[in-house]
This record gives sequence, structure tokens and C-alpha cells, in this order.
Amino acid sequence: MAPYILCSIILLLGVYAVVAKKNLIKIVIGLLIIEYAVNLMLVLVGYRAGAEGPGEAPIILKGATEQTANFVDPLPQALIVTSIVIGLGLTAMVVALVLRLYEKYGTFDVLLIRRLRG
Amino acid sequence: MEFLLYLLLVFMIAGSIIAIETRDLLSSVICVGAVGLGLAIIFLLLGAPDLAIVQVVVEVLSLVLLLRVVVMREDVTIAHRYRYGEVFATAVALLFFGVFIMLAAVAYKQMPAFGDPLLKVSQNYIENGLDRVGAPNLVTAVLLDFRAYDTLGEATVIFTAIIGSLVILRKRGRIRHEGNEPHS
Amino acid sequence: MKGMSLIVRTITRLLAGFILVYGAHIVLYGHLTPGGGFAGGVMLACGFILLVLSFGKEGALEIVSENAASAWDCIGALLFLFIALLGFTGRYFFFNFMGKGTQFDLISAGTPMWSNIAIGIKVWACLFLVFLMLAVFRMRDEG
Repeated sequence: MAPYILCSIILLLGVYAVVAKKNLIKIVIGLLIIEYAVNLMLVLVGYRAGAEGPGEAPIILKGATEQTANFVDPLPQALIVTSIVIGLGLTAMVVALVLRLYEKYGTFDVLLIRRLRG
Repeated sequence: MEFLLYLLLVFMIAGSIIAIETRDLLSSVICVGAVGLGLAIIFLLLGAPDLAIVQVVVEVLSLVLLLRVVVMREDVTIAHRYRYGEVFATAVALLFFGVFIMLAAVAYKQMPAFGDPLLKVSQNYIENGLDRVGAPNLVTAVLLDFRAYDTLGEATVIFTAIIGSLVILRKRGRIRHEGNEPHS
Repeated sequence: MKGMSLIVRTITRLLAGFILVYGAHIVLYGHLTPGGGFAGGVMLACGFILLVLSFGKEGALEIVSENAASAWDCIGALLFLFIALLGFTGRYFFFNFMGKGTQFDLISAGTPMWSNIAIGIKVWACLFLVFLMLAVFRMRDEG
């Protein structure tokens, strides 16, 4: 249970950065940290410790096609691969928004952006 | 292995705290890169080499995109002004974190223990994957044969996100009525 | 967007070929070793971004122009959908209609191999296009 608690702490740090920070770049960094925490949580849930030692990657080798007792769960891994690449698309879109905001208002500070009427 | 996992998790927490609290924007972007690489090593320890490859390369691309915004700007260090109520906001945030962690600990006791998951669906995939699909890489077999609909959905989502950012970055914007055109 | 100095350009000329070949290897062997379409596609995009960063925008656009990247993006997505629709010749959508071949060979496992190639093309073209747009975007107060 301890790895789950540590992963929740990373998630909470990301939420704190999105909610309480006044600089646009810090908000984007908070989004990135939330995404790392969520991906890590799902992979942690699917880990299976082997009989003697850590679990193995779910790839069948040529000479030993019968050793599937130590494999970790392949289903969360397949879904998290797509999630990581979608996170990259999200980062690209948010960075495009930040560039547009900087061009229009000239600053990264959220409080100043709210006060100016551009 | 458990000791290394805990060490890397503490490293990630420390890196996130530094990335959020430091005043220089370039340093915080580099700290986020360090957190991402720590995550890639954790993926390797948990038996997911596929994820480690994707995480490293995506991390490099995210850093390039973030640096495009941060570098060559005028205000890359944040002027520290003590606004009224900032201490109050931090205290309320810490209180909320404490309550959340306590409730989460109660919820995590109901889940299966770490390292011993319920493999109801995946047991079928692990045992019959090589015969039904013919691919030794079980993650690819799940992604592209057992769960191919999700991959189709992912291709659509990436397509939409890229079109969205291309629309935002168009060269020609709307022409305003007062006569001052915001885009050249 | 200007390029970089002579040292960076020379090293890029030596390295870019290796990066692209390695990315293609990860895409093609996706059903045998860790990797697959997503990892290989992002790596191919990284190779092309290296070319854009060191040779400047004009030098890199001679290799792949913006319209060509946009066209490859659509080709990748439509190819993936086409492979899925061909499953209707069997029984259902996404049916693995090709023969399985011998195990552990390069051309085996049926449709996952061609789907890997289609997804690799799509992811590469998408990420290269978004980076080109971010690099081309010039604000009014930038030179």
C-alpha cells in the first residue's frame, strides 16, 4: 500500500500547482505532474511479483514458451502506452494556448491577464 | 527491488516540489524533465520496457516544447510579491492534503495488495495470446488485436488534438473592427 | 528560424540516419520485441525534429514540406481504418484475416504488423507537424 500513498502525494502536488500558482508555466508543469502520477498509479496496480523475485515483462522468448507464470499484467500497459502519447498531444495544445496568451498580453502572470482588457 | 522503487518515488516527490516552488522558470522545466526520467526508470523496474521507451522519448519532446515557450522571453524569473492570504492558501491546501491522504488510505485497504493483482481478464490473454494472435509481444497483441478499438480511439484523439493546436496557431486571425489588426 | 553552427550540422548529418533507421526498426519489430507503433513513431518524429533544429526551417522543409507531412498524417489514419475494415471479409471488424505464419519470424502474426506500420506513420506525421507549427509561429516582437 505504501507505493500507492506515495503516488497519491505526487498527484496532490500536481493539483496544488494547477490551483494555487499564479504563473502560466507553473500551471502547465502541474498538468504534466498530474499526468505522470495517473500513469504511474495504473501501472502500479497491474504489477505482479513473481514466485522468487520481481515480475517479468510480458514478452515470450524463443526457447521458453511455457514460462508465463511470472508475467506482469499486460492489459494496463497497453492502455497506458496510448495515454502517454495522448498526454503529449495535450501538452502541445496547452503550449500553443500559452504562446497565444503571451502574444496578446505580454506577460505570464494570471492576475494581470485577468485585469487587462485586450 | 522494493527499496529502489521507494527511493525513486521519493526522488520524484522531491523533484516535483522543486519544480513547483523554484522561481527560475528554466530550472523548473529541467526539474520536470528529471521527474519524467525517474518515472521511466520506475517503469523498467516494474517490468514494462514498452512504457519506458515511450516515456523517455515523449519526455524529450515535452521538454523541447516547453523550452520553446520559456526561452527568449523577458520575464523568466518571477518577482516575489507577498500577496495577502498566500500563507492562508498554503495552510488550507496542506489541510486538504492530509484529509485526502487519510481517506485514500482507507480506500486502498480494499484494493488487492501491491504485487498480487486480480488477473481475471488478463489470465486469458497471457495463456492464449501466442496461439490466437501469433505475436510473442503480449502488449502489442493486446493493443492491436484484443483491444484494437481503443487504438482506433487513440488515433482519433491525437488527430483532434493536433488539429486543435494548428487552429490556435493560425497565421491569420480575425480582423477587429477598430482597425488595429492583431496578426500580421 | 536559423540553424546552428557548423559543428552541430556536421554531427547531425552523421547521426540523423541512425536515429531514423532505429525508429523504423522499433516500428517493424513491434510484435517481437518491446516497442511498437507508438514508440517508433515518436522516435522518428524526434529524428526529423533534430533536422529542423540544426538546419533551420528552410533546410529541413526541403526534405518534408508541411503539406507532405499533413498528407502522410491522413494516409496513416486512413490506412489503419482500411486494415480494420478489411476484417469484414472474415467475420467482424478488426478481424485478423491474414495467416499467422511461423512464430518468431519477422512477417508473422497477421494484421498487428501492418497496423504497427500505419500507426507509426500517423504518429510521426502528427508530431512533426505540430512542432513545425510551433517553430514557424513568429510573434510580432520576435525578429
